[in-house]
Amino acid sequence: MEKTYGCHKISEGKAEGEALFSTDALCFYLVNPETGVVIEKNHCLYGQCISGKILIFPNGKGSSVVQADGMYQLKMKGTEPKAMIIQNPDTTLVASAIIMETPMVDHVDEAFYKEVKNGDTVRVDASCGTLVVEKFKS
Amino acid sequence: MELTQEEQRMLDGVYGPGTALAMKIQVAIGEAFQAPRMVPVTRTHVALSNQEADLWFVEKLVAGGAVCRVSPTVNPGFDLEYFQCITTVSPEDEAIIRRTRAAYKAIGATLTYDCTPYLQQNIPRFGEMVSYSESSATPFINSVYGARTNREAAQSALCAAVTGVAPLYGYMLDENRKGQALVRVEADMKSDFDYQMLGYFTPEKIGFRIPVFTGLHNPTPEALMNLGAQLNTGGNVAIYHIVGVTPEARTLEDAFQGSKPEMEVVITNEDLQGMRERLTDQGGKIDFALYGCPHFTIHQVQTVADIVKGKKLAVPLWIMTSSLTKELAARMGLLDTLKAAGGDIVADTCMDQPCWKFLYGKKGITDSPKCAYYTKRRDMQFVITNLEESVEAAIKGEI
Repeated sequence: MEKTYGCHKISEGKAEGEALFSTDALCFYLVNPETGVVIEKNHCLYGQCISGKILIFPNGKGSSVVQADGMYQLKMKGTEPKAMIIQNPDTTLVASAIIMETPMVDHVDEAFYKEVKNGDTVRVDASCGTLVVEKFKS
Repeated sequence: MELTQEEQRMLDGVYGPGTALAMKIQVAIGEAFQAPRMVPVTRTHVALSNQEADLWFVEKLVAGGAVCRVSPTVNPGFDLEYFQCITTVSPEDEAIIRRTRAAYKAIGATLTYDCTPYLQQNIPRFGEMVSYSESSATPFINSVYGARTNREAAQSALCAAVTGVAPLYGYMLDENRKGQALVRVEADMKSDFDYQMLGYFTPEKIGFRIPVFTGLHNPTPEALMNLGAQLNTGGNVAIYHIVGVTPEARTLEDAFQGSKPEMEVVITNEDLQGMRERLTDQGGKIDFALYGCPHFTIHQVQTVADIVKGKKLAVPLWIMTSSLTKELAARMGLLDTLKAAGGDIVADTCMDQPCWKFLYGKKGITDSPKCAYYTKRRDMQFVITNLEESVEAAIKGEI
């Protein structure tokens, strides 16, 4: 069974992957580019791999260069998330996503956060402003 | 987004593919934030980082024929010639810094290599629309000067430098500059270092709301630098108000633009002490001392020189600052004093650069949480404490 949620495009593109939720803000510079594993201690995703995921987090953090530098290195190593879904976009993160051509959306329907869980398959179509989730299998 | 004829011409490639790319990115950012149009910017600062993404992007613009309409001041990479004298710089690291320098020169940047442009060379006036990246710079110019910039990425600020415009949204608009959280500081705030801790700790209490501080009296420029840099590292907060100090907060009502605070918090000595304990690595023997994140002012250089005067440091000590401040320190005899003690001043350099490889795996001391935060990537450990205590520790070799 599929369900579609609305969203707003920040960085264009389409992607499909497993949902990974972070309740903490994310700084891509504190992710190991070789492995895609978060190395920031005390982060809720510490030790987890973000590669190939549809990464859902509240907002970015960190100074004006570290998001782009971090994201670029992930991209070069092929360990970047496939798409990003955020709640509070900031310029640094938005510019980095656009320049690195990683799809990113915000203004997602409230229900998405209640109904979707880690590991669900999410299809992001930033350009059309839709998130399609394959779940509710049972 | 509504574009002027000239903006549309840039987007259409009339000025070459580099300028067109810069405009395309700015339009995408503008649309993401629902900006109605662009506004001219009269100053820009680019947080050059001398890393792969930075170099890739600036070279891409240069290859596309882009030249800055508003020449940006730029952040430090590292002083290649200095580090070639004191350590071995790998051919790869040498190649990247040479290419970075060449690319920024070609695009028409003002090559200050300094992360405190708001103290030298690039000082905006109240209300001026500008485009700054660099996490210590954006809060300083928004808060202390009342100029208007969003929290730009290095790349988006470079796009603004090339096009001379930026999308109108966010901190450029009155309503997004108003205070959201009242932060009543009851801590003593005895030193500039306390402002580091206050800046780092505040987002833990109020999230990413815009803070309005009360209880802060006559902060030094260094205290304000520290506060902004750490607010923007610990959180994403590129503007703050201090009642009676910053220009958009003559009164409490002024700072909140007549609205009620969304929340109110109190910050005490215990809060700041607790923050320091969580940030710092364990004390013990140290291998080096490193300062200047953000770049030190002449006043801070003087403070260090006064402490080490006539003494010998047990471990090497470096102060990172602008080439102008280094020259000033030399002229004032402070550089000689530092060198006689076994320390040095290094210009044009950031702590987050490969020139410091010879310190990886070692333990340092610094006064900057931001310095310690980003160097986690580089396997450097730091004890963080106030400037005076840390210099004393460098004389003893332990803390």
